[in-house]
Amino acid sequence: MSEEDNLTRQPPLSPSGVAGRLAAIGGVVLASVLVFAYVGGWLGPDRLTPTRMVAALSDRGGNPLGHRRNHSKGMCFTGVFKANGAASQYSVAPMLAAGTYPVVGRFAIAVGNPDASDIMGRVKSMALRIVAPNGQEWRSGMNNSPVFVVSNPRDFYELTLAQDIDPAFGKPDPGAMKRFAATHPDSAPFIEWAKTAPWTTSWADEAYNSLNAFRFIDAGGASHLVRWSMEPTVSPTPVPHAALALMGTDFLEHDLVSRLSDGPLTWHLVVTLAEPGDPSNDATKAWPSDRKRVDVGTLIVQKAEAEADGPCRDFNYDPTILPTGIAVSDDPLLPARSAAYAKSFDLRTAEAADYPYSPRPTGGRP
Amino acid sequence: MKDGRDSFSGAQRVLHWLMAIMVLAMLFIGVSMVSTLKPSFLILIAIHKPLGIAILALAVLRLGVRLRLGAPPLPDDLPQTQALAAKLSHVVLYALLIAMPLVGWGMLSAGGYPIVLYGSLHLPAILPHDDQLYAILRATHAVLAYMFIATILLHVAAALFHALIRRDGVFRAMAGGGAHN
Repeated sequence: MSEEDNLTRQPPLSPSGVAGRLAAIGGVVLASVLVFAYVGGWLGPDRLTPTRMVAALSDRGGNPLGHRRNHSKGMCFTGVFKANGAASQYSVAPMLAAGTYPVVGRFAIAVGNPDASDIMGRVKSMALRIVAPNGQEWRSGMNNSPVFVVSNPRDFYELTLAQDIDPAFGKPDPGAMKRFAATHPDSAPFIEWAKTAPWTTSWADEAYNSLNAFRFIDAGGASHLVRWSMEPTVSPTPVPHAALALMGTDFLEHDLVSRLSDGPLTWHLVVTLAEPGDPSNDATKAWPSDRKRVDVGTLIVQKAEAEADGPCRDFNYDPTILPTGIAVSDDPLLPARSAAYAKSFDLRTAEAADYPYSPRPTGGRP
Repeated sequence: MKDGRDSFSGAQRVLHWLMAIMVLAMLFIGVSMVSTLKPSFLILIAIHKPLGIAILALAVLRLGVRLRLGAPPLPDDLPQTQALAAKLSHVVLYALLIAMPLVGWGMLSAGGYPIVLYGSLHLPAILPHDDQLYAILRATHAVLAYMFIATILLHVAAALFHALIRRDGVFRAMAGGGAHN
């Protein structure tokens, strides 16, 4: 039977038949829209989306428009990473092979207000972008705390809400953080550190820790669970917290510029190798202190620049941007960081008018 | 086939249905990944980039095949507005098939992101690292995605209209099922 016969033999549809088939077509379209809406998260108001996370981060005081929504106050730096090759037996990452690789990084404090005083910087951070000659990149965001405050994105969201400005107080609800701590025992090691760790007036004398676990992949394809730290070569000078209040709002920046005017600052990249049973998916838990630690190279920070015109401004220090030879672990914070950083980057690049480049003699933006 | 063929060639049908699956997967992956903080985010984005480039390559191939082989004529009795809508929507679909991956690639370039297909297989940047450019392309990528979804739904509705109500062989020209020259 040919197509033509087939067509001509079809009896005409009754008006109700047409209506029914039109309704069926409408149903297909409507169902498709609903499925898209569901997948896109519009039908589940409880879903923790990057948009909600970043909105909560943006409500911690000050005007974050144009800025990173967390670690909002910081300074760019440039330098090099000199790998000594000791990591090559654990990872084929090109920037871990002996050699010197350019770095664009950023020091910051973990606040939501880009104009916050540095005295708010209980948590200091270092972000890195190390580039290999073949174009592969290793981006990392590290904090000075030995462990992270929460183990999963939902808890981080709740913690952020506890830090949000409460209109009733004009500042965060003073009880919110206590309630958070009481209901999140996993946060105890971090809170203990935050209460007891010495304060210093510098980014230079801190160790910066990956916190999340990652996997190094060696030439044989074997995987090694690791965390890493940037260990300072400057010994810390503890200062009473009250004394910091007398130092102005930008003492970290002044300290960094002043130190670099005397010469470069260095850190050692120390990789810690896990033993079986060490948690790969819980950044609130430290690994035992007797784990094997390998010094794999030296970070040399040569120059600091204000962020507004600095080379770090337009990079997203997404810790899941990794070279071959380094992979994410099953830590649920890593995908959440990647998704939320991307949202923050999307917002701030669209808000550049709110964070102008430094005034030029002409008064206009470049 | 430009003279009187009533159905698309086998190659055209394979390309159409293969790309239909890929593009639908892509759009679902896209709307899903930008709305989640879960571990699936990293998996989805790792699929999104190489799949987008594969669609770009197939779209260019498909455009070449279409320009060479053409399409079966629409039925003579199809109202002119519907015929025009059909032609226009196909132009839009082809344009989106090519524009979406290019905008995505350009957006990652302008955002200073490495463009990783798999492992050490990277694509070069096609635009300079520039936050203003990134912001425009990022917004464009999202707007085009919604346009794409809307145009595909229109396309599906029209195809079903031909299949169920007009029953004029237009659906069969792509769906197969006994249509021959």
